[in-house]
Amino acid sequence: MKFINKALVAAAFATAALSASAQEQFFPALSYRVGPYAAGGTGFFGGVIDYLSLLNAQGGINGVKMTWEECETEYNATRGVECYERLKKSRGGATMVEPLSTGIAYGLLDRVAQDKIPMTTLGYGRSDAADGRVFPFVFPLITSYWNQAAGMMKYLGDKEGGLEKLKGKKIVHLYHDSAYGKEPFAVFEAYAKQYGFELIKLAVPHPGNEQQSQWLQIRQAKPDYVILWGWGVMNAVALKTAQRNGYPSGKILGVWWAGSEEDVIPAGSAANGYTTMTFNTPGNYPLLDEIKKKVYAAGKGNLEDKSRIGSTYHMRGVTAAILWTEAVRKAQEKYGKGKVMTSEQVRWGFENLNVDEARLKALGAFGMMPPVKTTCLDHEGSGAVKVQRWDGKSWKAVTPNWVVGDKAMIRKMQEESAAKYATEKKITPRDCSKEG
Amino acid sequence: MLYREAGQFKATYAEDSQIFPIRQDRIGIALILAVAFVGTPLLSVAGLLSDYTFTAILTPFLIFSLAALGLNILTGYAGQLSLGTAAFMAVGAFASYNFMLRIDGMPILVAFILGGICAAAVGIVFGLPSLRIRGFYLAAATLATQFFIVWCLTKVGWFTNYSSSGVITAQKIEMLGYTFDTAFSKYLFVLSVVTVMALLAKNMVRTNIGRSWMAIRDMDMAAEVIGFRPMQTKLMAFAVSSFYCGVAGALFAYAYLGTVEPEGFNLDLSFRILFMIIIGGVGSILGSFLGAAFIVLLPIGLNMFMHFLEGSVGINLPSGISSSIELMVFGGLIIFFLIVEPHGLARLWQIGKEKLRLWPFPH
Repeated sequence: MKFINKALVAAAFATAALSASAQEQFFPALSYRVGPYAAGGTGFFGGVIDYLSLLNAQGGINGVKMTWEECETEYNATRGVECYERLKKSRGGATMVEPLSTGIAYGLLDRVAQDKIPMTTLGYGRSDAADGRVFPFVFPLITSYWNQAAGMMKYLGDKEGGLEKLKGKKIVHLYHDSAYGKEPFAVFEAYAKQYGFELIKLAVPHPGNEQQSQWLQIRQAKPDYVILWGWGVMNAVALKTAQRNGYPSGKILGVWWAGSEEDVIPAGSAANGYTTMTFNTPGNYPLLDEIKKKVYAAGKGNLEDKSRIGSTYHMRGVTAAILWTEAVRKAQEKYGKGKVMTSEQVRWGFENLNVDEARLKALGAFGMMPPVKTTCLDHEGSGAVKVQRWDGKSWKAVTPNWVVGDKAMIRKMQEESAAKYATEKKITPRDCSKEG
Repeated sequence: MLYREAGQFKATYAEDSQIFPIRQDRIGIALILAVAFVGTPLLSVAGLLSDYTFTAILTPFLIFSLAALGLNILTGYAGQLSLGTAAFMAVGAFASYNFMLRIDGMPILVAFILGGICAAAVGIVFGLPSLRIRGFYLAAATLATQFFIVWCLTKVGWFTNYSSSGVITAQKIEMLGYTFDTAFSKYLFVLSVVTVMALLAKNMVRTNIGRSWMAIRDMDMAAEVIGFRPMQTKLMAFAVSSFYCGVAGALFAYAYLGTVEPEGFNLDLSFRILFMIIIGGVGSILGSFLGAAFIVLLPIGLNMFMHFLEGSVGINLPSGISSSIELMVFGGLIIFFLIVEPHGLARLWQIGKEKLRLWPFPH
């Protein structure tokens, strides 16, 4: 009798183990590996898949393995929406979604709220989505454009020895002539008013492969700094034209979409000394060594060119995957360890993320990204940025610590903008005091 | 044999001038409409069609068909090459949004029509160069529309209601207290609009207006000699075409994407729609639908096929290779169809129709 009981218990455990291993946490990867933006897409989604592979090699999250499926979007909104609709219900349902494309993210904004699937937009998308009361399913994790703009001002101020010293200075905002380039206007204008510097806004029409007239204007204005809010080919052309016009690259501060290897290598020596914003600290980390050892050595690495491991986009992808899986882990703590989480449970996880320094140390990524702590009110979780400099071969961090701008001001702007969105869409914001 | 019109006599003038004079065509159209309006709902209730089919396949297909139809009126029937299609769509979308936002209780259909009229007005203004220049030079002139409209929508904050991200968020589609918020209801809404407008277009190209467009297309000097006024005719074509594109743009924003940025209506989109009519058939209503199906649905089909291959056969291609193969196959198919039938898929159907008439006794 005892023996039978034991056998039964063992069998029950075995089936439980089997069914647990059969269950997997599914991540749709809306990647783009062809087309003009393929450099970013391959790096970012390569990083995501590498980290998920590493987690699987380490045994998953409390035994739950990660699984993913790629779908080519070509950075095109129609294709991206189709991919999302196709993958949202496959393999037990999508955990979350991250399109890494503003156009696709806008196309999914209403859909994710209806399907109750959280969407992260790391470093792009609507800045006001940080207000979790109006956008319960959207997470612009780490930083939005507005906090980045505030971080830029803080950095330039610190460089001068305090924001007050910016008085009487001239700063040029050289931007991609699109909604993207205009997004930081409000922030820069507020800072210019408060600290009394002159803000000169110069637009570069898409795609930006001819900027002689803008840089002539810059040469005449002799600004103290040039903020390069560019995209794609515009960045390399700006650096080259600056060199031709004798403007020092050290005074140009780029946005983080102007701060990858792919942006500066085409500019050659013109990029030496150029600084940009980023939300990763460039360098090597134990986590990246782990990826090399456990993923690439086993032939499971996603990047074809191994020298891109740890490049800007790859690291950004690893960062994104860390945040996603930490949200799953957090959700498991509440809803049951070793279980597959539903998208709504993971949404709760995203809203209660607490990736602090100790956790980052445990992951082997201490310093790679700022600590992230989200709440129902704040879906951004950090707002911290870093400045990096290109030395001709690699990026090096300029600021030893994380740079944080005037977060209170940005928060006020986000709330105002989100409230306007809520009235337009007739949404009643959630009451965060009632959220568990 | 199946497609023989022998024995179909037309006794009245009305019978002779109906939209589809051949009985088989009428039956065919009625069948397609029945499947679209009644068949798909039944299949979806039966659980055979998921939301995915409606929201990711059929809705964008119909919206792009309408846009292609708009361009086909201008390029295919009136012979005026245009690269500003996406800009007219943008005008329709942003105008509808502003009508809905700024006028309380605005019915959605009226907003769409007003949006279309705004697009038509813009079309007339930017159609003025067509009175002097033709062909590729006109295409270059319509490029100005494309860049100007997108620039203007980003530049002037009023159009986006001073949204900090420069985007518009479409309001809900509500009619008579009913909200079109499910994938299926949105599909039905789009289908109804597209059906009505396609039938109107089919009818319009047979009227005096349509004939004057074709006369201008075939030889504007001769058309002028026989009494068509080129200015009115060309501007009319611009207006009607832009109206169609504008409504398509409004549907794109309201029934499909939800939130749109001006950059969503870029030159790439204009080119895509131009390719639709080139592949589908220039100067054919059916061609607009076939072309939209080709450009919108074929890449998705190829992608699914590659996934299926990788899944079932078990070949694991290095990442990125399958995406590149898809693009190559797609490009190859475009070249293949243009070699086989330079006049587009609609022409293939026409040839098939003529063959069917004689079948099975071709002599």
